[in-house]
Amino acid sequence: MPSSTTSPSRATLLRSLALTTCLGLTLAACGGGEGTGAPGTTPSRVPASGESAAAPERADADLVVWADDKRAAALEDVAQRFGEENGITVAVQTVSQDLQTNFVTANTAGNGPDVVIGAHDWIGNMVQNGAVDPLALPEAERAQFTDIALQGVTYEGKVYGLPYAVETLALFRNTDLVPEQPATFDDVVATGLASGAENPLCLQQGQEGDAYHMQPLYTSAGGYLFGTTDTGEYVPGDLGVGAPGSITAAQKVAELAQQGVLKTSITGDNSISLFTEGRCAYLVSGPWATADVKTSGTPYALSPVPGFAGMAPAQPFTGVQAFYVASKGENKAFAESFVLDAAARPETMRALYEAEPRPSAMREVLAEQSAADPDTAVFAEAAAGGRILPALPQMAAVWEPLGKAYAAVINGADPAQTMTTTGETVRASLQ
Amino acid sequence: MTSTPTRPPAAVPASPSPAAPRRGADAGRRSVTASAALLRVLLLGTLAAVTVWLAPALVARESWVGLTALVVGAVSLVAVYSTSRFVPAKYLLPGTLFLLALVVYPIVSTLQLSFTNFGDGKRGTKEEAISSIVGSSVEQLPDSPTYALTVATRGSVTEGPFSFFLVDTRTGEVSVGDADGVQEVEAGEVTVTDGRVSAADGWTLLTPRQVNDAGAAVQELTLPTEDGAIRAQGVARAFEGRTVLRHDEATDTIVNTRTGERFGIGVVGDSEFFVGPDGRPAFSQSWLQGVGLSNYERIVTDDTVSGAFLRVFAWTLAFAVLAVGLSFAVGLALAVVLDDRRIRGQRLYRSLLLLPYAIPSVIALLVWSNFYNRDFGLINELLGLRLDWLGDPWLAKAAVLLTSVWMGFPYMFVVCTGALQSIPGELREAAVMDGARAWTAFRRIVLPLLLVAVTPLLIASFAFNFNNFNAIELLTEGGPFPPDSPSAGSTDILISYTYRLAFGGSGAQFGFAAAVSALLFLVTAVLAAVQFRATRSLEDVN
Repeated sequence: MPSSTTSPSRATLLRSLALTTCLGLTLAACGGGEGTGAPGTTPSRVPASGESAAAPERADADLVVWADDKRAAALEDVAQRFGEENGITVAVQTVSQDLQTNFVTANTAGNGPDVVIGAHDWIGNMVQNGAVDPLALPEAERAQFTDIALQGVTYEGKVYGLPYAVETLALFRNTDLVPEQPATFDDVVATGLASGAENPLCLQQGQEGDAYHMQPLYTSAGGYLFGTTDTGEYVPGDLGVGAPGSITAAQKVAELAQQGVLKTSITGDNSISLFTEGRCAYLVSGPWATADVKTSGTPYALSPVPGFAGMAPAQPFTGVQAFYVASKGENKAFAESFVLDAAARPETMRALYEAEPRPSAMREVLAEQSAADPDTAVFAEAAAGGRILPALPQMAAVWEPLGKAYAAVINGADPAQTMTTTGETVRASLQ
Repeated sequence: MTSTPTRPPAAVPASPSPAAPRRGADAGRRSVTASAALLRVLLLGTLAAVTVWLAPALVARESWVGLTALVVGAVSLVAVYSTSRFVPAKYLLPGTLFLLALVVYPIVSTLQLSFTNFGDGKRGTKEEAISSIVGSSVEQLPDSPTYALTVATRGSVTEGPFSFFLVDTRTGEVSVGDADGVQEVEAGEVTVTDGRVSAADGWTLLTPRQVNDAGAAVQELTLPTEDGAIRAQGVARAFEGRTVLRHDEATDTIVNTRTGERFGIGVVGDSEFFVGPDGRPAFSQSWLQGVGLSNYERIVTDDTVSGAFLRVFAWTLAFAVLAVGLSFAVGLALAVVLDDRRIRGQRLYRSLLLLPYAIPSVIALLVWSNFYNRDFGLINELLGLRLDWLGDPWLAKAAVLLTSVWMGFPYMFVVCTGALQSIPGELREAAVMDGARAWTAFRRIVLPLLLVAVTPLLIASFAFNFNNFNAIELLTEGGPFPPDSPSAGSTDILISYTYRLAFGGSGAQFGFAAAVSALLFLVTAVLAAVQFRATRSLEDVN
């Protein structure tokens, strides 16, 4: 493999060659490979082949920021202001497909952006590819951010990103169907079944399963994915899939499936719409569902997902959205200043919240938001009580098998055996 | 990369080669030759321009193979088309060049890639991995101040040497330093505005843009202090930090300067890492290495890869054969029925039948995948069934085939309609006159003639379905998966199965994926060869 020390202007040529390579070969999906089931906004399906091969081209500006479509628009003003203050041009580019993969690839080739915005669980993979640099965030500046947000962007003891929002799952309840807030998950099941709704609960699984959305129930039943050190860092060597807690969780899942509470027919495509049509008593989803639920006029109330009676609390995954400095950006000095100074302002946090309401990572802004919007307060509470999504690259080996195990159990497979086999499969691929 | 961006003149028409050398034969012929010559000059000129445009870039990247390919391609094109000596080459050369650029080159580079460990964590050079490991180990000293930074120079703003004016953000104390150390600055020597040095006698202060443009010269400047070093972060801040790790070139080990631990190179899996005493990688960063046949070995020896291979291969064949066979049968039946002139609204029917062909396949597949939903899908709701289409292994296979037939039959219908119309009606009439029934006439006369025309298309269709990644990935994602095998689903075909192996498990593994692609290419090539051999027997019909 001839290494490619590419100059940016040759990017087009290289890309067309790469595309040709993809088409010429039987390897149909070239770009591929974003962490499956990673939370993001709405878990999307695999893009059609070819689409992913069309990587973005670095814009011609003094500072280039890559973000997905939702945040790019919100950043425009922040970026322009930073540009005026420093007398430079700033370009915010939208990369709507496979942002992480595109960023890592472009950065390796030397024609990537200076700053990238994305979920904190990318950090593990970006670090192993040498794509991001740690930030020296002084104590005083750290104190501005919530603990869970800082924990998310800290990897192997270093802060790699500047956090701006957290996201997690919570429980939406149709108050027409279920007036009372449930105290335990057993109440959710009982009231859901008694409500007369077509579906007691919309918790998306699909035929592939969905480990992210199952996580509250998994942790409540005593399951864990990776063990943690005293300081809360995940240990890749201590795998919890296949351990006794995970088997209890799988048995709970089987039980719920028999009661008709969990179904593989409820997928990422239909779970929110079933709830907004009044066909689900409860919905387990994240802040990305709020807009649809509000628009539909469904009367709803929001609360953290409760745990099973007499068991551990339900801890969904908490994800953190953050700004990163690219290791091989052309303008690292501007990039660091942008992330540490311009992005870390309350105004920036507010603008990003306007574009997509998720609890801010900045204490001061979060207090304002929680006071103004009770939903945000609930999501913030759920996020603080959640478990930080592991940023380990090893997670790529967990999402898919674990999800499939859930789907198999819901479809009637033996819980204990399925979870044990899945543990072995995951362990084997971690070797 | 060995790029061959040759753009051969797509067509050099009107070059009546035998007559061309005999100039001045007659006026009419000369005018044709003149316009042909003009076109030729234009196309060859474009070619030369493209060559000249690309060459410096290739030289800059030291891509000598690419440069050679470019020059050889360009020279051979010019030689062939500017003279009239190589007439057969005029027809063969463009095709050959495209073959080299679009088929041979990708195969060769895939093969090259399959002998490496290229993938996540193994993308760059060893130097890049080391600099990432060492760079990530810089930690800010606890309770150390942060500084408002002004970069200054007594020399050039681009070359340096650079010094840092620092204002302690907590105490407001001003200091100045360079690679030799840091000294305090007396009040009055410099002007401080808004907590930042804004003027200093004898110094040129850099603007933010100049700091940025100076790049590594500023970014890598460290001002030694008692416990560590002060370094810049961004254009306007500095902090005191310490690099915990360093690379010892003599022994090629990473040394932890605080604990004295040393991490030497060790092989984990098929790649080298810096490893700890337990032999496990101490850092996740590795680098691009040649690994010989290890990717191929893995395909054969890894149980999760080879275990399900035969099952998946069998379904791949069955899927490709059935998808083509069934959609051909449906398409042919409809074509024959609608070929009858007595049918009213023939055109309308034909247009309606083409509709599935007009819907983009990605959208159609996603919509179909929702149709199959057990509780909310259109199919079960219309038919009042409770079939778990995508949850049962056999129903899922049926669902995949049904959708493939729906998407494939319009093409077969168009092809068969065209082929049927080209078969002379007299042949059938003659058969009927001789006493053959309609079915016999169709089977003995029409079908064989039809097959001569459509068999190559059937083979192409087969090859397409053999690798029809979208049909599987967008409909079932390979599922349903048996509880004991999360890597090979009931509807997985080879390409979706290997895609999951290469990109699902532990991030992207391009080297391994390339090895699998190479094998898939081999399988497809053998199948294609067998099919083409088989089609020769059809030529007897003529």
